[in-house]
Amino acid sequence: MNLAKPFEKIGDSCLGFLEQGGRMGIFLFACLLNLVKPPYPLFPMIRQAHFIGVRSLFVIIFTGAFTGMILALQGYYTLTKFGSEGMLGSAVALSLVRELGPVLTALMVVGRAGSAICAEIGIMRNSEQIDALECMAIDPYKYLLAPKYVAGILTVPLLTAIFDVIGILGGYLIGVVLLDVNGGTYFQGMYASVDWQDIKMGVVKSLVFGLLIVWIASAKGYFLHRERSGGFGAEGVSRVTTDAVVLSSVAILVWDYLISAIML
Amino acid sequence: MSKEQPAAAIELVGVEKRFGRQTVLRDVNLSVASGKTTVIVGASGEGKSVIIKHMLGLVRPERGEVLVFGSNLARARKKELNRIRMEFGVLFQNVALFDSMSVFDNVALPLRERTKLSETVIRAKVREKLDLMDLIDADDKFPAQLSGGMKKRVGLARALMLDPKVVFFDEPTTGLDVSRSNEIYRLFHKTQRQLGYTAVIVSHDVPKIFKLADYVALLAEGKIQGVMSPEAFQLSEQPLIRRYVEETMGPIYSSAKEESALYEPA
Repeated sequence: MNLAKPFEKIGDSCLGFLEQGGRMGIFLFACLLNLVKPPYPLFPMIRQAHFIGVRSLFVIIFTGAFTGMILALQGYYTLTKFGSEGMLGSAVALSLVRELGPVLTALMVVGRAGSAICAEIGIMRNSEQIDALECMAIDPYKYLLAPKYVAGILTVPLLTAIFDVIGILGGYLIGVVLLDVNGGTYFQGMYASVDWQDIKMGVVKSLVFGLLIVWIASAKGYFLHRERSGGFGAEGVSRVTTDAVVLSSVAILVWDYLISAIML
Repeated sequence: MSKEQPAAAIELVGVEKRFGRQTVLRDVNLSVASGKTTVIVGASGEGKSVIIKHMLGLVRPERGEVLVFGSNLARARKKELNRIRMEFGVLFQNVALFDSMSVFDNVALPLRERTKLSETVIRAKVREKLDLMDLIDADDKFPAQLSGGMKKRVGLARALMLDPKVVFFDEPTTGLDVSRSNEIYRLFHKTQRQLGYTAVIVSHDVPKIFKLADYVALLAEGKIQGVMSPEAFQLSEQPLIRRYVEETMGPIYSSAKEESALYEPA
C-alpha cells in the first residue's frame, strides 16, 4: 500500500477547495464589475426581477403569514407566563425584522429562484450556449449574469419587507383577533421597540443574502464543466443545483450570524 | 502548403494543450487558407473540436501561438478577442441554440447585441436569412420544436448573421440523414459562394466532405499529419493518412500508381 496516497488525497482536496474558492472570488469580482459598467440593459433586468421577485411573491406571502402567526402563538404562550402579553407586538416585529424576515425570505428565494438560476446556467454551459455567446462576442457576464445580480440585490430586500409586513399582520390575526391581545398595545409595543437600527440590520442582511444567492447559484452553474466530480450531463446539472442550494442555505446562516455579531 | 497558395487567415504554430494529465494536442501546426475551405478529419477523441476551440479563443494553449488575422489569440485580451470574434460565425456540433428563445430571436441576437441597427432593419435582415435557409414559417417556433436538420439551418443562419469572414463548422451533419446532410452542404456551398468566407470544418463525413474541401488536414497522435488537397490526401503515402483513408474509404485505386507500367514509355 502506498503510504503517501492518503496525504495525496488530502492535498488534492485542499487544492481543489482553494481552486474553487479562487475561481468563485474572481467570478464575483467580474460580475460586480460588469454590474457597474455601462450599458445597463433595462429589459433583461426587469425580466429577471420579475422572475426572482414577482414569481416568489406567493410563497413569500404564504410563509410570511404563517411565520407571523406561529410567532404570535408561541410568543403569547410564553409571554402570558410572565404576564407580558402586551409585549407580543414588539416580540413578533423584532423577531421578524431582525432575523426571521431576511433569513426565511432568503431561504425561500434559494429554493425557488436560486436553484432555477443554477440549473438554467448549468444547462446553458452544458449545451455550449455560453460558448456560443462568447463566440458572438457577447459577454456572458454582461448579457447573462449582470441582470440576475441586479435583480437579486433589488428584489430580496423588497421581498423581505413584504415578508415582514405580512408576518406582522399574521401575528395580529392570531394575537389580536383570536387571542384577544389589545390591538393598540400590539402596534404601540412594536412602535416603541423597533428602531431604525433594527430595520437597518434587516436591510443589510437581505442585501447580502440577495447577492449570496445569485453569486453561488450562478457560479455553480457557470463552472459546471470545471467540477472535479465530473459535471456533464443531466446528472451534472442536478448535482451542482443541489450543491448550490445547500451551499447558499449554509452561507445565509453563517452570514446571518456574522452580520448580527458585527451590527449588534 | 506551398507558396503560391492564398494567405493564411488562421495559423496554429506549435500548439500544445493538456487537460489534466492528458495531452490532447502535442505540436499542432496548421494554416487555414483565406477564402478557402479547410476540413479537419481524424478519429473520434483526437481533439479536432479542441483545435476549433483554440481558433475561437475559447481555450488557450499551454504552448504555441494561435494567429488569427495576425493577432495571437493565445495572448489576446478580452477586448481584442471580442474584436476578432466579430469576424467569426460558428455552427456548433449540437448547434447551441438558445432554447428559451424563438428561432427569430436566436437569429436576431447577434444583430441586437452587437450592432446599433433599428428593430425594423433587424427584422428585415433576419427574415432575409431565414428565407435563405427556407425557415420563414418556423420563425416563432422554439428550438425544442424543430427537427435536427432545421436546428442546423437555424444555427447556420445565426452564424452568418454578421457576414463573418471565417465560419467554423463542428460536425455540421452529425445525426442527420443523407438528404438533410446534403441540404446542409448545399446551403454551405451556396452561402460561401455568396459571402466568400473562409471555412473550417471538422467532420467525420468522409469521403463526401472531400467534395467541399479545398484542403484536408488529418489530426492524429496529437499532430496535424498533413494539409493537402482532397485528391493528394487520398493518394498520400504518409502512413497515418494512408491508414485513415483506407479505414474510412477502403483501398484507393489510383490508375497512375497501380498501372504505372502501362504508362511507362516503351
